[in-house]
Amino acid sequence: MFFTLETKKTDGWMDHPLYDFIALGGGPAGLNGALYAKRKGLLTAIVAQDLGGQMKNTAFVDNYLGFENIEAEALIRQFVDHVKSLNIPIITSVRVTAITKSTDEFLLTLDNGKVLRTKTLLAALGGSPKKLGIPGEDRLYGKGVSYCATCDAPFFKDKHVAVAGGGNSAVEAALDLAKWASKVSIVHRSRFRADQTLLDKLFQVPNIEIHLETQITEILGQTAVESLRLSDKPTGTERLLKVDGLFVEIGNIPNVSLFKDLVRLNEAGEIIVNGAQETSLEGLYAAGDITNQPFRQIIIAAAEGAKAALWASNYLNKKGK
Amino acid sequence: MPNLFPKDVADQIKSILAEMRDPITILYFTDGTCNTCLETGQLLQETKALSDKIALDVKRYPDAKAEIERYGIDRVPSFVLLDKDGRYRGVKFSGIPAGHEINSFLSALLEMSGLTPELGKETLRRIESIQKPIDIKVFVTLGCPHCPGAVQTAHRLAMLNSHVKSEMIEAQTFPDLSRKYQVSGVPKIVINDRYELLGDQPLENLLDLIEKA
Repeated sequence: MFFTLETKKTDGWMDHPLYDFIALGGGPAGLNGALYAKRKGLLTAIVAQDLGGQMKNTAFVDNYLGFENIEAEALIRQFVDHVKSLNIPIITSVRVTAITKSTDEFLLTLDNGKVLRTKTLLAALGGSPKKLGIPGEDRLYGKGVSYCATCDAPFFKDKHVAVAGGGNSAVEAALDLAKWASKVSIVHRSRFRADQTLLDKLFQVPNIEIHLETQITEILGQTAVESLRLSDKPTGTERLLKVDGLFVEIGNIPNVSLFKDLVRLNEAGEIIVNGAQETSLEGLYAAGDITNQPFRQIIIAAAEGAKAALWASNYLNKKGK
Repeated sequence: MPNLFPKDVADQIKSILAEMRDPITILYFTDGTCNTCLETGQLLQETKALSDKIALDVKRYPDAKAEIERYGIDRVPSFVLLDKDGRYRGVKFSGIPAGHEINSFLSALLEMSGLTPELGKETLRRIESIQKPIDIKVFVTLGCPHCPGAVQTAHRLAMLNSHVKSEMIEAQTFPDLSRKYQVSGVPKIVINDRYELLGDQPLENLLDLIEKA
Protein backbone atom coordinates (compact mmCIF):
# COMPACT_ATOMS: atom_id res chain seq x y z
CA MET A 1 0.00 0.00 0.00
CA PHE A 2 1.40 3.39 -0.98
CA PHE A 3 0.14 6.95 -0.87
CA THR A 4 1.26 9.82 -3.06
CA LEU A 5 0.01 12.97 -1.43
CA GLU A 6 -0.45 16.07 -3.51
CA THR A 7 -3.59 17.63 -2.17
CA LYS A 8 -2.85 21.22 -1.31
CA LYS A 9 -4.30 23.33 1.37
CA THR A 10 -6.12 26.41 0.20
CA ASP A 11 -3.83 29.09 -1.08
CA GLY A 12 -4.28 32.78 -0.24
CA TRP A 13 -3.12 34.08 -3.54
CA MET A 14 -5.01 37.15 -4.64
CA ASP A 15 -3.18 39.26 -2.06
CA HIS A 16 -0.86 40.79 -4.61
CA PRO A 17 -2.23 42.94 -7.38
CA LEU A 18 1.05 42.81 -9.33
CA TYR A 19 3.66 40.05 -9.08
CA ASP A 20 7.31 40.40 -10.04
CA PHE A 21 7.64 36.84 -11.26
CA ILE A 22 5.11 34.13 -11.99
CA ALA A 23 6.23 30.61 -12.85
CA LEU A 24 3.70 28.97 -15.09
CA GLY A 25 4.08 25.21 -14.64
CA GLY A 26 4.68 22.94 -11.65
CA GLY A 27 7.49 20.77 -12.92
CA PRO A 28 11.16 21.13 -11.93
CA ALA A 29 11.63 24.23 -14.13
CA GLY A 30 8.71 26.14 -12.64
CA LEU A 31 9.35 25.08 -9.06
CA ASN A 32 13.04 25.92 -9.13
CA GLY A 33 12.40 29.16 -11.00
CA ALA A 34 10.02 30.26 -8.27
CA LEU A 35 12.46 29.19 -5.57
CA TYR A 36 15.27 31.30 -7.02
CA ALA A 37 12.99 34.27 -7.73
CA LYS A 38 11.67 34.28 -4.20
CA ARG A 39 15.18 34.07 -2.76
CA LYS A 40 16.09 37.14 -4.85
CA GLY A 41 13.29 38.96 -3.11
CA LEU A 42 10.86 38.97 -6.01
CA LEU A 43 7.14 38.84 -5.35
CA THR A 44 6.62 35.33 -6.68
CA ALA A 45 3.84 32.83 -7.38
CA ILE A 46 3.50 29.50 -9.11
CA VAL A 47 0.49 28.78 -11.28
CA ALA A 48 0.21 25.10 -12.15
CA GLN A 49 -2.49 22.56 -12.84
CA ASP A 50 -0.54 19.96 -10.94
CA LEU A 51 2.83 19.66 -9.29
CA GLY A 52 5.67 17.52 -10.56
CA GLY A 53 5.05 17.91 -14.26
CA GLN A 54 6.28 15.01 -16.31
CA MET A 55 8.08 13.58 -13.30
CA LYS A 56 4.66 12.17 -12.49
CA ASN A 57 4.90 9.84 -15.47
CA THR A 58 7.91 8.02 -14.12
CA ALA A 59 8.35 5.68 -11.19
CA PHE A 60 11.98 6.21 -10.21
CA VAL A 61 14.67 8.83 -10.79
CA ASP A 62 18.29 7.76 -10.69
CA ASN A 63 20.11 10.61 -12.40
CA TYR A 64 19.41 13.61 -10.16
CA LEU A 65 22.61 14.61 -8.40
CA GLY A 66 22.56 13.55 -4.79
CA PHE A 67 19.94 10.85 -5.27
CA GLU A 68 21.16 7.49 -6.46
CA ASN A 69 17.67 6.11 -6.76
CA ILE A 70 14.61 7.88 -5.49
CA GLU A 71 10.91 7.46 -6.15
CA ALA A 72 9.82 10.23 -8.49
CA GLU A 73 6.96 11.07 -6.13
CA ALA A 74 9.35 11.42 -3.21
CA LEU A 75 11.56 13.77 -5.21
CA ILE A 76 8.52 15.84 -6.22
CA ARG A 77 7.50 16.06 -2.57
CA GLN A 78 10.97 17.29 -1.60
CA PHE A 79 10.87 19.92 -4.37
CA VAL A 80 7.42 21.10 -3.31
CA ASP A 81 8.26 21.13 0.41
CA HIS A 82 11.34 23.21 -0.34
CA VAL A 83 9.27 25.72 -2.32
CA LYS A 84 6.59 25.79 0.36
CA SER A 85 9.15 26.47 3.08
CA LEU A 86 9.63 29.89 1.44
CA ASN A 87 5.88 30.57 1.52
CA ILE A 88 5.57 30.87 -2.22
CA PRO A 89 1.89 30.73 -3.15
CA ILE A 90 1.11 27.77 -5.38
CA ILE A 91 -2.06 28.34 -7.34
CA THR A 92 -3.39 25.03 -8.61
CA SER A 93 -7.14 25.39 -8.62
CA VAL A 94 -7.31 27.45 -11.79
CA ARG A 95 -6.41 27.15 -15.44
CA VAL A 96 -4.86 29.95 -17.47
CA THR A 97 -6.95 30.51 -20.58
CA ALA A 98 -5.08 33.42 -22.19
CA ILE A 99 -1.91 35.48 -21.83
CA THR A 100 -1.45 39.00 -23.11
CA LYS A 101 1.23 41.59 -22.63
CA SER A 102 0.71 45.29 -22.14
CA THR A 103 3.69 47.65 -22.08
CA ASP A 104 5.19 46.52 -18.83
CA GLU A 105 3.21 43.61 -17.55
CA PHE A 106 1.69 40.29 -18.43
CA LEU A 107 -1.99 39.57 -17.89
CA LEU A 108 -2.96 35.96 -17.21
CA THR A 109 -6.68 35.36 -17.69
CA LEU A 110 -7.95 32.52 -15.54
CA ASP A 111 -10.88 30.17 -16.09
CA ASN A 112 -12.65 31.55 -13.02
CA GLY A 113 -12.80 34.94 -14.68
CA LYS A 114 -10.02 36.53 -12.65
CA VAL A 115 -6.79 37.99 -13.96
CA LEU A 116 -3.27 37.70 -12.55
CA ARG A 117 -0.73 40.42 -13.33
CA THR A 118 3.04 40.03 -13.33
CA LYS A 119 6.11 41.94 -14.50
CA THR A 120 7.98 38.85 -15.66
CA LEU A 121 6.72 35.42 -16.60
CA LEU A 122 8.37 32.02 -16.82
CA ALA A 123 6.91 29.61 -19.38
CA ALA A 124 7.57 26.18 -17.88
CA LEU A 125 4.63 24.10 -19.05
CA GLY A 126 6.73 21.19 -20.28
CA GLY A 127 5.37 18.82 -22.88
CA SER A 128 2.74 16.21 -23.60
CA PRO A 129 3.38 12.76 -25.04
CA LYS A 130 4.22 12.77 -28.70
CA LYS A 131 2.19 10.51 -30.96
CA LEU A 132 3.57 8.18 -33.61
CA GLY A 133 1.15 9.66 -36.14
CA ILE A 134 0.34 6.36 -37.83
CA PRO A 135 -2.96 4.72 -38.88
CA GLY A 136 -4.85 3.10 -36.01
CA GLU A 137 -3.25 5.18 -33.27
CA ASP A 138 -6.13 7.57 -32.53
CA ARG A 139 -8.82 4.96 -33.14
CA LEU A 140 -7.27 2.49 -30.69
CA TYR A 141 -6.25 5.03 -28.03
CA GLY A 142 -7.56 3.66 -24.74
CA LYS A 143 -8.18 0.34 -26.49
CA GLY A 144 -4.63 -0.89 -26.16
CA VAL A 145 -2.74 2.22 -27.24
CA SER A 146 -1.45 4.06 -24.18
CA TYR A 147 0.90 6.92 -23.37
CA CYS A 148 1.18 6.15 -19.63
CA ALA A 149 2.83 2.92 -18.51
CA THR A 150 2.40 3.55 -14.78
CA CYS A 151 -1.34 4.15 -15.34
CA ASP A 152 -2.23 1.28 -17.62
CA ALA A 153 0.30 -1.50 -16.99
CA PRO A 154 -2.15 -3.46 -14.75
CA PHE A 155 -4.53 -3.97 -17.69
CA PHE A 156 -1.86 -5.97 -19.49
CA LYS A 157 -1.17 -8.59 -16.86
CA ASP A 158 0.10 -11.76 -18.56
CA LYS A 159 -0.31 -10.18 -21.99
CA HIS A 160 2.15 -9.25 -24.72
CA VAL A 161 2.77 -5.55 -25.14
CA ALA A 162 5.07 -3.44 -27.26
CA VAL A 163 6.83 -0.22 -26.38
CA ALA A 164 7.62 2.28 -29.12
CA GLY A 165 10.78 4.32 -28.52
CA GLY A 166 14.44 3.99 -27.68
CA GLY A 167 15.15 6.68 -25.12
CA ASN A 168 15.19 6.57 -21.33
CA SER A 169 11.41 6.83 -21.02
CA ALA A 170 10.86 3.92 -23.37
CA VAL A 171 13.34 1.70 -21.53
CA GLU A 172 11.88 2.65 -18.16
CA ALA A 173 8.37 1.90 -19.43
CA ALA A 174 9.55 -1.50 -20.70
CA LEU A 175 11.15 -2.33 -17.35
CA ASP A 176 7.93 -1.31 -15.60
CA LEU A 177 5.70 -3.27 -17.96
CA ALA A 178 7.85 -6.40 -17.76
CA LYS A 179 6.65 -6.84 -14.16
CA TRP A 180 3.07 -7.24 -15.41
CA ALA A 181 3.14 -8.44 -18.98
CA SER A 182 4.18 -11.91 -20.09
CA LYS A 183 6.32 -10.37 -22.79
CA VAL A 184 7.44 -6.86 -23.74
CA SER A 185 8.76 -6.00 -27.19
CA ILE A 186 10.65 -2.74 -27.57
CA VAL A 187 10.40 -1.43 -31.10
CA HIS A 188 12.55 1.47 -32.17
CA ARG A 189 13.24 2.95 -35.56
CA SER A 190 16.96 3.48 -34.97
CA ARG A 191 19.44 2.66 -32.21
CA PHE A 192 18.94 3.07 -28.48
CA ARG A 193 19.40 6.59 -27.12
CA ALA A 194 18.86 5.51 -23.51
CA ASP A 195 21.57 5.65 -20.85
CA GLN A 196 23.91 2.68 -20.75
CA THR A 197 23.05 2.01 -17.10
CA LEU A 198 19.38 1.59 -18.03
CA LEU A 199 20.22 -0.59 -21.01
CA ASP A 200 22.32 -2.85 -18.80
CA LYS A 201 19.21 -3.42 -16.69
CA LEU A 202 17.07 -3.95 -19.75
CA PHE A 203 19.31 -6.66 -21.21
CA GLN A 204 18.96 -8.67 -18.01
CA VAL A 205 15.18 -8.96 -18.09
CA PRO A 206 14.24 -12.28 -19.68
CA ASN A 207 10.76 -11.31 -20.94
CA ILE A 208 11.88 -8.26 -22.91
CA GLU A 209 12.75 -8.60 -26.58
CA ILE A 210 14.27 -5.86 -28.69
CA HIS A 211 13.57 -4.80 -32.29
CA LEU A 212 15.90 -2.00 -33.37
CA GLU A 213 16.01 -0.34 -36.80
CA THR A 214 12.33 -1.19 -37.00
CA GLN A 215 9.50 1.18 -37.75
CA ILE A 216 5.91 0.71 -36.64
CA THR A 217 3.82 1.71 -39.65
CA GLU A 218 0.30 0.76 -38.55
CA ILE A 219 -1.64 -0.38 -35.50
CA LEU A 220 -4.19 -3.04 -36.32
CA GLY A 221 -7.24 -4.30 -34.46
CA GLN A 222 -11.02 -4.24 -34.60
CA THR A 223 -12.08 -3.12 -31.12
CA ALA A 224 -8.69 -3.45 -29.45
CA VAL A 225 -5.05 -3.61 -30.47
CA GLU A 226 -4.31 -6.96 -32.10
CA SER A 227 -1.05 -6.43 -33.96
CA LEU A 228 1.48 -3.96 -35.27
CA ARG A 229 2.72 -3.66 -38.81
CA LEU A 230 6.50 -3.43 -38.64
CA SER A 231 8.93 -2.42 -41.31
CA ASP A 232 12.52 -3.56 -41.08
CA LYS A 233 14.47 -0.42 -41.99
CA PRO A 234 17.59 -1.91 -43.62
CA THR A 235 15.67 -4.33 -45.87
CA GLY A 236 12.24 -2.73 -46.11
CA THR A 237 10.51 -6.04 -45.39
CA GLU A 238 7.22 -5.88 -43.59
CA ARG A 239 5.77 -8.21 -40.98
CA LEU A 240 3.09 -8.32 -38.33
CA LEU A 241 3.81 -8.50 -34.60
CA LYS A 242 0.89 -9.80 -32.56
CA VAL A 243 0.49 -7.75 -29.38
CA ASP A 244 -2.32 -6.80 -26.99
CA GLY A 245 -1.11 -3.28 -26.35
CA LEU A 246 1.27 -0.56 -27.45
CA PHE A 247 2.87 1.99 -25.14
CA VAL A 248 4.15 5.02 -27.02
CA GLU A 249 7.23 6.59 -25.42
CA ILE A 250 8.85 8.64 -28.18
CA GLY A 251 9.28 11.96 -26.43
CA ASN A 252 7.01 14.92 -26.04
CA ILE A 253 5.63 17.94 -27.81
CA PRO A 254 5.91 21.25 -25.99
CA ASN A 255 2.76 22.75 -24.45
CA VAL A 256 2.96 26.10 -26.22
CA SER A 257 -0.67 26.83 -27.06
CA LEU A 258 -0.77 29.81 -24.66
CA PHE A 259 2.42 31.27 -26.10
CA LYS A 260 2.33 30.54 -29.78
CA ASP A 261 1.17 34.03 -30.74
CA LEU A 262 3.52 35.75 -28.31
CA VAL A 263 6.96 34.33 -29.03
CA ARG A 264 9.11 32.78 -31.71
CA LEU A 265 9.00 29.00 -31.96
CA ASN A 266 11.29 26.71 -33.91
CA GLU A 267 10.09 24.18 -36.48
CA ALA A 268 9.45 21.61 -33.78
CA GLY A 269 7.10 24.06 -32.08
CA GLU A 270 9.49 24.69 -29.18
CA ILE A 271 10.03 28.13 -27.67
CA ILE A 272 13.38 29.52 -28.77
CA VAL A 273 15.47 30.73 -25.85
CA ASN A 274 18.95 32.20 -25.59
CA GLY A 275 21.56 31.47 -22.93
CA ALA A 276 19.66 33.66 -20.47
CA GLN A 277 16.42 31.68 -21.04
CA GLU A 278 15.01 34.80 -22.68
CA THR A 279 12.39 34.40 -25.39
CA SER A 280 11.71 36.81 -28.24
CA LEU A 281 9.30 38.72 -25.98
CA GLU A 282 10.80 41.01 -23.35
CA GLY A 283 10.07 39.84 -19.81
CA LEU A 284 9.02 36.36 -20.89
CA TYR A 285 11.42 33.56 -20.01
CA ALA A 286 11.12 29.85 -20.80
CA ALA A 287 12.71 26.79 -19.20
CA GLY A 288 12.57 23.01 -19.38
CA ASP A 289 10.90 20.83 -21.98
CA ILE A 290 8.94 23.69 -23.52
CA THR A 291 12.16 25.15 -24.95
CA ASN A 292 14.43 24.29 -27.86
CA GLN A 293 17.02 22.85 -25.49
CA PRO A 294 17.24 19.22 -26.64
CA PHE A 295 17.88 17.23 -23.46
CA ARG A 296 14.74 16.40 -21.49
CA GLN A 297 16.19 15.99 -18.02
CA ILE A 298 14.88 16.96 -14.59
CA ILE A 299 18.15 18.51 -13.51
CA ILE A 300 18.43 20.54 -16.71
CA ALA A 301 14.87 21.83 -16.42
CA ALA A 302 15.49 22.79 -12.80
CA ALA A 303 18.72 24.56 -13.70
CA GLU A 304 17.08 26.46 -16.53
CA GLY A 305 14.33 27.57 -14.16
CA ALA A 306 16.99 28.95 -11.83
CA LYS A 307 18.76 30.76 -14.66
CA ALA A 308 15.49 32.27 -15.86
CA ALA A 309 14.70 33.60 -12.38
CA LEU A 310 18.16 35.11 -11.94
CA TRP A 311 18.05 36.82 -15.33
CA ALA A 312 14.51 38.03 -14.60
CA SER A 313 15.77 39.51 -11.34
CA ASN A 314 18.60 41.25 -13.24
CA TYR A 315 16.14 42.57 -15.77
CA LEU A 316 13.85 44.01 -13.10
CA ASN A 317 16.80 45.56 -11.31
CA LYS A 318 17.96 47.29 -14.48
CA LYS A 319 14.50 48.61 -15.08
CA GLY A 320 14.44 49.86 -11.50
CA LYS A 321 11.58 47.35 -10.90
CA MET B 1 -2.70 -4.85 10.55
CA PRO B 2 -0.02 -2.17 10.97
CA ASN B 3 -1.03 1.39 10.10
CA LEU B 4 -1.54 2.07 6.40
CA PHE B 5 -0.48 5.70 6.70
CA PRO B 6 3.17 6.11 7.63
CA LYS B 7 3.68 8.77 10.31
CA ASP B 8 4.74 11.54 7.88
CA VAL B 9 1.80 10.86 5.56
CA ALA B 10 -0.61 10.87 8.51
CA ASP B 11 0.81 14.21 9.66
CA GLN B 12 0.37 15.73 6.22
CA ILE B 13 -3.18 14.43 5.90
CA LYS B 14 -3.98 15.81 9.32
CA SER B 15 -2.80 19.28 8.33
CA ILE B 16 -4.79 19.12 5.08
CA LEU B 17 -7.95 18.02 6.90
CA ALA B 18 -7.52 20.83 9.42
CA GLU B 19 -8.94 23.02 6.66
CA MET B 20 -12.30 21.23 6.73
CA ARG B 21 -15.21 23.52 7.54
CA ASP B 22 -18.35 21.56 8.40
CA PRO B 23 -18.56 18.01 9.69
CA ILE B 24 -19.20 15.22 7.17
CA THR B 25 -20.07 11.53 7.36
CA ILE B 26 -18.50 8.64 5.51
CA LEU B 27 -20.92 5.77 4.99
CA TYR B 28 -18.89 2.65 4.29
CA PHE B 29 -20.37 -0.54 2.83
CA THR B 30 -18.49 -3.81 3.27
CA ASP B 31 -19.22 -7.52 3.44
CA GLY B 32 -16.10 -8.04 5.51
CA THR B 33 -14.35 -10.39 3.10
CA CYS B 34 -14.41 -8.62 -0.26
CA ASN B 35 -11.25 -7.78 -2.18
CA THR B 36 -9.55 -4.79 -0.40
CA CYS B 37 -12.48 -4.43 2.06
CA LEU B 38 -10.17 -4.80 5.05
CA GLU B 39 -7.72 -2.22 3.76
CA THR B 40 -10.45 0.22 2.70
CA GLY B 41 -12.11 -0.01 6.10
CA GLN B 42 -8.80 0.61 7.79
CA LEU B 43 -7.95 3.54 5.52
CA LEU B 44 -11.28 5.16 6.44
CA GLN B 45 -10.71 4.49 10.15
CA GLU B 46 -7.25 6.02 10.03
CA THR B 47 -8.55 9.05 8.11
CA LYS B 48 -11.39 9.57 10.56
CA ALA B 49 -8.86 9.53 13.41
CA LEU B 50 -7.08 12.52 11.81
CA SER B 51 -10.01 14.93 11.98
CA ASP B 52 -12.79 15.54 14.47
CA LYS B 53 -14.98 16.67 11.58
CA ILE B 54 -15.30 13.17 10.13
CA ALA B 55 -17.83 10.59 11.27
CA LEU B 56 -17.62 7.02 9.98
CA ASP B 57 -20.60 4.71 9.78
CA VAL B 58 -20.05 1.13 8.63
CA LYS B 59 -22.90 -0.74 6.91
CA ARG B 60 -23.08 -4.44 6.20
CA TYR B 61 -23.52 -5.52 2.59
CA PRO B 62 -26.00 -6.93 1.54
CA ASP B 63 -27.93 -6.73 4.84
CA ALA B 64 -28.34 -2.95 5.12
CA LYS B 65 -31.02 -3.03 2.45
CA ALA B 66 -32.53 0.42 3.01
CA GLU B 67 -29.18 2.22 2.75
CA ILE B 68 -27.98 0.05 -0.14
CA GLU B 69 -31.11 1.04 -2.01
CA ARG B 70 -30.97 4.71 -1.03
CA TYR B 71 -27.35 5.19 -2.09
CA GLY B 72 -27.40 2.78 -5.03
CA ILE B 73 -24.62 0.51 -3.76
CA ASP B 74 -23.87 -2.09 -6.43
CA ARG B 75 -20.51 -3.38 -5.26
CA VAL B 76 -18.19 -3.47 -2.26
CA PRO B 77 -16.01 -2.02 -0.94
CA SER B 78 -17.84 1.21 -1.56
CA PHE B 79 -18.43 4.39 0.39
CA VAL B 80 -20.38 7.61 -0.01
CA LEU B 81 -19.90 11.00 1.60
CA LEU B 82 -22.75 12.84 3.32
CA ASP B 83 -22.65 16.58 4.00
CA LYS B 84 -23.26 18.29 7.35
CA ASP B 85 -27.02 17.84 6.96
CA GLY B 86 -26.66 14.13 6.22
CA ARG B 87 -27.45 14.74 2.56
CA TYR B 88 -26.06 12.46 -0.15
CA ARG B 89 -24.57 14.66 -2.85
CA GLY B 90 -23.70 11.93 -5.37
CA VAL B 91 -20.09 11.37 -4.31
CA LYS B 92 -19.12 7.70 -4.22
CA PHE B 93 -15.87 5.72 -4.14
CA SER B 94 -15.75 2.02 -5.03
CA GLY B 95 -12.44 0.35 -4.26
CA ILE B 96 -9.66 1.78 -2.17
CA PRO B 97 -8.53 5.37 -2.84
CA ALA B 98 -4.86 4.69 -2.11
CA GLY B 99 -1.77 5.49 -4.19
CA HIS B 100 -2.38 8.62 -6.25
CA GLU B 101 -6.10 8.36 -5.57
CA ILE B 102 -5.68 9.47 -1.96
CA ASN B 103 -5.76 12.97 -3.46
CA SER B 104 -9.25 12.71 -4.95
CA PHE B 105 -10.43 11.28 -1.62
CA LEU B 106 -8.98 14.15 0.42
CA SER B 107 -10.25 16.83 -1.94
CA ALA B 108 -13.73 15.26 -1.82
CA LEU B 109 -13.63 15.42 1.98
CA LEU B 110 -12.58 19.09 1.88
CA GLU B 111 -15.15 20.09 -0.71
CA MET B 112 -17.96 18.13 0.96
CA SER B 113 -17.14 20.02 4.16
CA GLY B 114 -17.99 23.28 2.43
CA LEU B 115 -14.73 24.38 0.80
CA THR B 116 -16.26 24.96 -2.60
CA PRO B 117 -13.98 25.44 -5.60
CA GLU B 118 -13.93 28.75 -7.45
CA LEU B 119 -15.46 28.27 -10.86
CA GLY B 120 -16.24 30.75 -13.61
CA LYS B 121 -19.75 32.14 -13.94
CA GLU B 122 -20.40 30.52 -17.31
CA THR B 123 -19.23 27.12 -16.04
CA LEU B 124 -21.48 27.41 -12.98
CA ARG B 125 -24.42 28.36 -15.18
CA ARG B 126 -23.87 25.30 -17.35
CA ILE B 127 -23.63 23.04 -14.30
CA GLU B 128 -26.80 24.47 -12.79
CA SER B 129 -28.75 23.96 -15.99
CA ILE B 130 -28.31 20.15 -16.01
CA GLN B 131 -31.86 18.85 -15.61
CA LYS B 132 -31.64 15.11 -16.32
CA PRO B 133 -30.15 12.23 -14.35
CA ILE B 134 -26.45 11.92 -15.11
CA ASP B 135 -24.39 8.95 -13.96
CA ILE B 136 -20.62 9.33 -14.18
CA LYS B 137 -18.22 6.45 -13.65
CA VAL B 138 -14.52 7.22 -13.47
CA PHE B 139 -12.27 4.18 -13.76
CA VAL B 140 -8.84 4.60 -12.18
CA THR B 141 -5.73 2.69 -11.18
CA LEU B 142 -3.68 3.53 -8.11
CA GLY B 143 -0.50 4.17 -10.11
CA CYS B 144 -2.18 6.74 -12.34
CA PRO B 145 -1.12 10.35 -11.73
CA HIS B 146 -3.80 11.78 -14.03
CA CYS B 147 -6.70 9.95 -12.41
CA PRO B 148 -7.36 12.00 -9.24
CA GLY B 149 -7.97 15.09 -11.37
CA ALA B 150 -10.64 13.29 -13.39
CA VAL B 151 -12.32 11.96 -10.25
CA GLN B 152 -12.23 15.37 -8.62
CA THR B 153 -13.88 16.98 -11.63
CA ALA B 154 -16.68 14.39 -11.75
CA HIS B 155 -17.29 14.55 -8.00
CA ARG B 156 -17.40 18.35 -8.16
CA LEU B 157 -20.13 18.19 -10.77
CA ALA B 158 -22.10 15.84 -8.53
CA MET B 159 -21.75 18.13 -5.53
CA LEU B 160 -22.90 21.12 -7.55
CA ASN B 161 -25.95 19.55 -9.18
CA SER B 162 -28.28 17.05 -7.53
CA HIS B 163 -29.07 15.33 -10.85
CA VAL B 164 -25.45 14.21 -11.17
CA LYS B 165 -24.07 11.10 -9.44
CA SER B 166 -20.38 10.30 -9.68
CA GLU B 167 -18.44 7.17 -8.75
CA MET B 168 -14.72 6.47 -8.64
CA ILE B 169 -14.09 2.84 -9.57
CA GLU B 170 -10.71 1.26 -8.89
CA ALA B 171 -10.39 -0.87 -12.02
CA GLN B 172 -8.35 -3.74 -10.61
CA THR B 173 -10.72 -4.32 -7.68
CA PHE B 174 -13.61 -4.77 -10.11
CA PRO B 175 -12.16 -6.62 -13.12
CA ASP B 176 -15.56 -7.77 -14.43
CA LEU B 177 -16.86 -4.23 -14.50
CA SER B 178 -13.64 -3.04 -16.14
CA ARG B 179 -14.07 -5.67 -18.82
CA LYS B 180 -17.73 -4.76 -19.32
CA TYR B 181 -16.78 -1.15 -19.95
CA GLN B 182 -13.69 -2.22 -21.93
CA VAL B 183 -11.29 -0.31 -19.73
CA SER B 184 -7.66 -0.69 -20.79
CA GLY B 185 -6.60 2.89 -20.23
CA VAL B 186 -7.29 5.24 -17.35
CA PRO B 187 -8.73 7.59 -16.30
CA LYS B 188 -11.75 6.44 -18.31
CA ILE B 189 -14.88 8.50 -17.79
CA VAL B 190 -18.23 6.91 -18.73
CA ILE B 191 -21.35 9.06 -18.77
CA ASN B 192 -24.79 7.39 -18.59
CA ASP B 193 -23.19 4.11 -19.70
CA ARG B 194 -22.96 5.53 -23.19
CA TYR B 195 -20.51 8.38 -23.67
CA GLU B 196 -16.82 7.93 -23.01
CA LEU B 197 -13.89 10.20 -22.37
CA LEU B 198 -10.28 9.29 -21.74
CA GLY B 199 -7.85 11.29 -19.65
CA ASP B 200 -8.03 14.06 -17.08
CA GLN B 201 -10.38 16.27 -19.07
CA PRO B 202 -11.29 19.86 -18.25
CA LEU B 203 -14.71 20.29 -16.66
CA GLU B 204 -15.98 21.93 -19.84
CA ASN B 205 -15.36 18.76 -21.87
CA LEU B 206 -17.51 16.76 -19.44
CA LEU B 207 -20.21 19.40 -19.69
CA ASP B 208 -20.11 19.18 -23.50
CA LEU B 209 -20.86 15.45 -23.29
CA ILE B 210 -23.46 15.81 -20.55
CA GLU B 211 -25.33 18.36 -22.62
CA LYS B 212 -25.36 15.84 -25.48
CA ALA B 213 -26.41 12.90 -23.28
